[in-house]
Amino acid sequence: MTIRDIIEILGGRVLVNSGDLDGEVPRGGAADLMSDVLAFGTDGMVLMTGLTNPQVVRTADMAGINVVVFVRDKTPPPETVEAAQESGITLISTGYTMYEACGRLYQAGLPGRGWVKIEEDFS
Amino acid sequence: MGDHDISKVEELLYTMKVEDVMAGDTIVVDPELSMAEVKQLMDTKQITGVPVVRGDRMVGIVSISDVIGALEKGQLLRPVKEHMTTDVKSVTRDTSVIELIKNLGRRGFGRLPVLNGEGKVIGIVTTGTLLRSLLTQMEMSYQKKEQEKLQRYRASHIFEDISSDDTSVVLRYIVDDRDFTNAGKASTMIKKSLQRLGAQPPLVRRVAVAVYEAEMNLVIHTDVGGEILVTIRRDRLQVSTVDHGPGIENLDQVLQPGYSTAPEWIRQMGFGAGMGLANIKRCSDVMRLMSEPGAGTRLDILFLFGPGGLSGAAGLPKKS
Repeated sequence: MTIRDIIEILGGRVLVNSGDLDGEVPRGGAADLMSDVLAFGTDGMVLMTGLTNPQVVRTADMAGINVVVFVRDKTPPPETVEAAQESGITLISTGYTMYEACGRLYQAGLPGRGWVKIEEDFS
Repeated sequence: MGDHDISKVEELLYTMKVEDVMAGDTIVVDPELSMAEVKQLMDTKQITGVPVVRGDRMVGIVSISDVIGALEKGQLLRPVKEHMTTDVKSVTRDTSVIELIKNLGRRGFGRLPVLNGEGKVIGIVTTGTLLRSLLTQMEMSYQKKEQEKLQRYRASHIFEDISSDDTSVVLRYIVDDRDFTNAGKASTMIKKSLQRLGAQPPLVRRVAVAVYEAEMNLVIHTDVGGEILVTIRRDRLQVSTVDHGPGIENLDQVLQPGYSTAPEWIRQMGFGAGMGLANIKRCSDVMRLMSEPGAGTRLDILFLFGPGGLSGAAGLPKKS
């Protein structure tokens, strides 16, 4: 699935486009907990979140994520937009809730990370 | 033009707004001006169309074809208001460029005035202003890329260019406590520096996640801030965070995944879930946490990657 497909499926608005819209997105994930993002984030993943503070972008950047979707039509503050432009991260906003945004992408064939036992990961 | 250039144009069309591509300081005319005067104005200013404005409001637009029309009918001395086009499509400052293109160039709309909320003309867009802005943007993005390439090339040769028995590069960052707006900036800089030094992407990611968690700990849990020291050698890298904050009472407890003392406002921002140290441990090869109540805290994180870890740069001379 490409970023362009994601925009279409979610009826998304591009807030910051930092890369190739035809770039392949291997999987998706959703969290409002940034530590979770750091724990399960993988390269190239699309992240769905309800938070819009600049830390979301910095967290995504550290985890190698380059597309972030804000759910429920949230518009991020200018600091978040700036951080995204600096780090080369694409920001999209959709009117769907977190549940439905994820559901639509999953239904369209975008996989997640499968069964993740985070506690075991730390052993 | 290569495929890459095409997608860059497309990207710009999606993200740029009318305000990025319009010409400001627009010349406007009064509806009572004669068509002859308009013709004169177009000649001297080298333009082909002008918004017609009464008071502060736009009432129409007069173009070179209106001038020709007036000329054919021998009405060059008649006022603009009799020859102007009144059915004018306009755009606003934050109209997207992709939307603009749908209207620009369509039957007769060779130029579109840009109006503010009160109907006042604040600029004008033509295919010319649009093309010029796109070219400038592409030139800027190209230069940025070239600049990054150059910086990466220079940095990636440090370990070859400097002679010593053991070269290390030390980066130092100051982190303020409770400064949430800037939290994560040190980590962002460290990530970029590692990329420039030629570190392989999986290594960059491991270090970035660990150092970011450690930076957030300084922001959230110390009342004085602290510093991050990154010592990079050819085959290993150590991150140390040092603070003179309150210290930690029970070291075993803070290492338990899920244990957290973070206040509510931190949790609302998506942090403080008690996974930080566990995450750091998972990403690194060795982690050491030293602390005593009242004496501050030091966290050492070690990454071992062997001599090949920093050889991501192209054309790097191999040591025999």
